[in-house]
Amino acid sequence: MSLRTLFTKKALTRASGLGPLAAAAGDRGLGLGLGQARGLTAASLPDLPYDYGALEPAISGEIMRLHHQRHHQAYVTNYNNALEQLEAAVAKGDAPAVVRLQGAIKFNGGGHINHSIFWNNLKPVKASGGEPPHSALGWAIDTDFGSLEALVQKMNAEGAALQGSGWVWLALDKGSKKLSVETTANQDPLVTKGLHMVPLLGIDVWEHAYYLQYKNVRPDYLKNIWDVINWKYASEVYEKETA
Amino acid sequence: MAMALPLAYASSVVHPFEAGRLSFSTKATKHKKQIYQFRNVTKVLAYYGLTNPPYKLDALEPYMSRRTLELHWGNIHRGYSDSLNKQLANSPLYGCTMEELIKTTFNNGNPLPEYNNAAEVWNHDFFWESMQPNGGRLPWGGVLDQIEKDFGSFSNFRDEFVHSAMMLFGSGWVWLVLKTNERRLSIVRTSNALCPLVWGDIPIISLDMWEHAYYLDYKDDVSKYVNNFMDHLISWHSATARMVRAEAFVNLGEPKIPVA
Repeated sequence: MSLRTLFTKKALTRASGLGPLAAAAGDRGLGLGLGQARGLTAASLPDLPYDYGALEPAISGEIMRLHHQRHHQAYVTNYNNALEQLEAAVAKGDAPAVVRLQGAIKFNGGGHINHSIFWNNLKPVKASGGEPPHSALGWAIDTDFGSLEALVQKMNAEGAALQGSGWVWLALDKGSKKLSVETTANQDPLVTKGLHMVPLLGIDVWEHAYYLQYKNVRPDYLKNIWDVINWKYASEVYEKETA
Repeated sequence: MAMALPLAYASSVVHPFEAGRLSFSTKATKHKKQIYQFRNVTKVLAYYGLTNPPYKLDALEPYMSRRTLELHWGNIHRGYSDSLNKQLANSPLYGCTMEELIKTTFNNGNPLPEYNNAAEVWNHDFFWESMQPNGGRLPWGGVLDQIEKDFGSFSNFRDEFVHSAMMLFGSGWVWLVLKTNERRLSIVRTSNALCPLVWGDIPIISLDMWEHAYYLDYKDDVSKYVNNFMDHLISWHSATARMVRAEAFVNLGEPKIPVA
């Protein structure tokens, strides 16, 4: 593909207002066609802000590549398909079809939402991943959990105890401004635990997130992932929601 | 299959009749108390041993690698078994077969803490026995007849089974069950550790769709895993044996008696 067409594509997506994420995806040739055809309603795979191997040794490059290119991409593709089918069903007035599609939308849409947050929750050690939070979020953690160690221990315990597949979250209740540790099953996004819940950090405890490297020893994965957690992102979200 | 074995006979169990008499006289009570204090008080415990798969760990290659079985059986299945026994050490549950234990701990939908471990131990036992080296292909005899009766054709059944496996969201299992009330074979999908035994149905074949069952061998290519299971691993021998046993509990209809 010539440089000129690349630039043209980038300019097109920027102009159509789809934003930098979609443009980045457009560069990679993913989700671009859908985005242009259907406007803002199509989801597309966001680019990782770091290389696949940048999170080693906490998470292996092989896992990151599969997780992003295969699993997250599958959620995006299936979510878009489900949305298309939903549009058709709504247009036809086919209520049973609309209801039947809700499972697929919740699962794949949730997977897309959760993983998009997850990539931002991680940062290579070289780029200050794992550095503990300061200022507002740091004080809030000390207030609500006692210490950062206590929070980490709680999240690890709940993550390890989760049966089957799911996520463990550090959640902020927008109403009460309190932090809490929540778990969701399968790909349920955090809002299913409360409409005022905002995710600050999410850790994927599906087996595909760690099995190739840690086998069935989920506690080891949970112990090591804190080395690459992006507290800066969590702080930004926290400060934005508590402003 | 795993069995309950008493770990030690109770020597301090007090018969209900005796218990009442203990309070009649303080001297007698004190005397009895002294006896009990000096005995080695042992408790009755339920214990379930981990059974081996009915084939060597590399027998299912190349469709399920030895490494997968080493981890799946040796670590994960064993882990559930150890956790269950640890829980049973402090639990009043005793004297159940595995199947009874699962139904009891399921508690009609409000599961007790032992349920997850018990069900997963049984599920994995059932899964190992649902597979065999040189498996797959077609069933025969009564099983094939029943499948054709309930699904139309074997390929319909196969398609439905594969489709059900692909549509599972999250961790779980896909089962071919004999439904006791409807008296027919059916394909059922369950989440996490849920087992059709709790509904009184009789499982015939199961497929583990937790990611740990296939990730090492197939990464995210679920379709290849399920198709390999259907074509090369599924044990119709086990299915036949289970159907034969199931027919003792479920009346599948009158036999076709030839007219002379």
